[in-house]
Amino acid sequence: MECVFGMVGKRFALVVADTSAVNSILVHKSNEDKIMVLDSHKLMGASGEAGDRAQFTEYVQKNVALYHFRNGIPLTTKAAANFMRGELATALRKNPYMVNIVLAGYEKETGPSLYFIDYIATLHKVEKAAFGYGSYFSLAMMDRHYHPDMTVEEAIKLAEQCIEEIRSRLVVAPQNFVIKIVDKDGAREHSWRRTTKD
Amino acid sequence: MARYDRAITVFSPDGHLFQVEYALEAVRKGNAAVGVRGTDTIVLGVEKKSTVKLQDSRSVRKIVSLDDHIALACAGLKADARVLINKARIECQSHRLTVEDPVTVEYITRYIAGLQQKYTQSGGVRPFGLSTLIVGFDPYTGVPSLYQTDPSGTFSAWKANATGRNSNSMREFLEKNYKETSGQETIKLAIRALLEVVESGGKNIEVAVMTKEGLRQLEEAEIDAIVAEIETEKAAAEAAKKGPAKET
Repeated sequence: MECVFGMVGKRFALVVADTSAVNSILVHKSNEDKIMVLDSHKLMGASGEAGDRAQFTEYVQKNVALYHFRNGIPLTTKAAANFMRGELATALRKNPYMVNIVLAGYEKETGPSLYFIDYIATLHKVEKAAFGYGSYFSLAMMDRHYHPDMTVEEAIKLAEQCIEEIRSRLVVAPQNFVIKIVDKDGAREHSWRRTTKD
Repeated sequence: MARYDRAITVFSPDGHLFQVEYALEAVRKGNAAVGVRGTDTIVLGVEKKSTVKLQDSRSVRKIVSLDDHIALACAGLKADARVLINKARIECQSHRLTVEDPVTVEYITRYIAGLQQKYTQSGGVRPFGLSTLIVGFDPYTGVPSLYQTDPSGTFSAWKANATGRNSNSMREFLEKNYKETSGQETIKLAIRALLEVVESGGKNIEVAVMTKEGLRQLEEAEIDAIVAEIETEKAAAEAAKKGPAKET
């Protein structure tokens, strides 16, 4: 039931995630932030097993920070994506992390980029990505309306359309969504789309 | 005495650990380093040997960040420093991962000192040949701290301290001239202490300033400007001393 999706626009990238924390029929909370700010210019939207999600994303965040201190420059988005994939792959045949990740980043040299990393260590560099049951609806919506070099307004409108589709067509749709954006000014929260207050 | 410095684990009859003392000798031969704690600023200054002309000085950073709010300068064997700094950086992130909190300055100093001590009590290894000056702000109280560790693994907090070459002269100067300072005054005090033992000029000194916002390495031009200010102040003080004497 967890929905995470993302897309690349003109000199920015967007990641949208639902904010529900669910255990069978109980909703623990509807303001769980699943999009981690990895460093100043990277966003990591993660879905899957809650414990694995926290464990893996925090582990990656600290290692990205360590690289920065050791080498004086931050990891590129591509490097971070490959690091994550490597960790997932190593753990896969012993103690797999059940986490799916949409990684968005911005570099001055290469611009915005988006990576699709699933729990069995698949890595794809993409323009749009989605995970979960919501992906059936958001991917279809994005396939129809996405075009390269969208403005922020166009991308937000498309994200809203995807959220509407998920809300109306998914039987147990999440109540609230958070939208985060990364561009030359850094990674930050953009806005929320709520149906309930928590 | 020669029989008591072979394996580090052996005490001499008069209670010395010679390897540790020899490590301190290595520190005394290392470049001069000074640290001064102010009310809102902590300054680290390190001597830069300017004899190497072809070396790209940007690749030799003597004052390093361990975390966003902690910095370290050292005197002694630089290769040993790399190992300690690497371990400390990992510990800073590991602490953040396990307890979701940044380290305090005291914690990381205790960790580094603990590492240095371990190597004075193990077989077949030698101690780290360096003393460190560790500065930072407590992430919650915002209180600035300056700590020093040495090859024996002891550590303590200081208002101002120096290590490396001619550290005694620098410490004497600091003892005579220390007072509670803030901002630019702290930077000036640190540079004045360093100038006691180092050739004057921006290209012989590396200075970094730690504030609540983080670590800032001073540019050569900035250092030169402050050095010039200090020289004029010194000259003015000299003239004032001589002036009245002439009149009588």
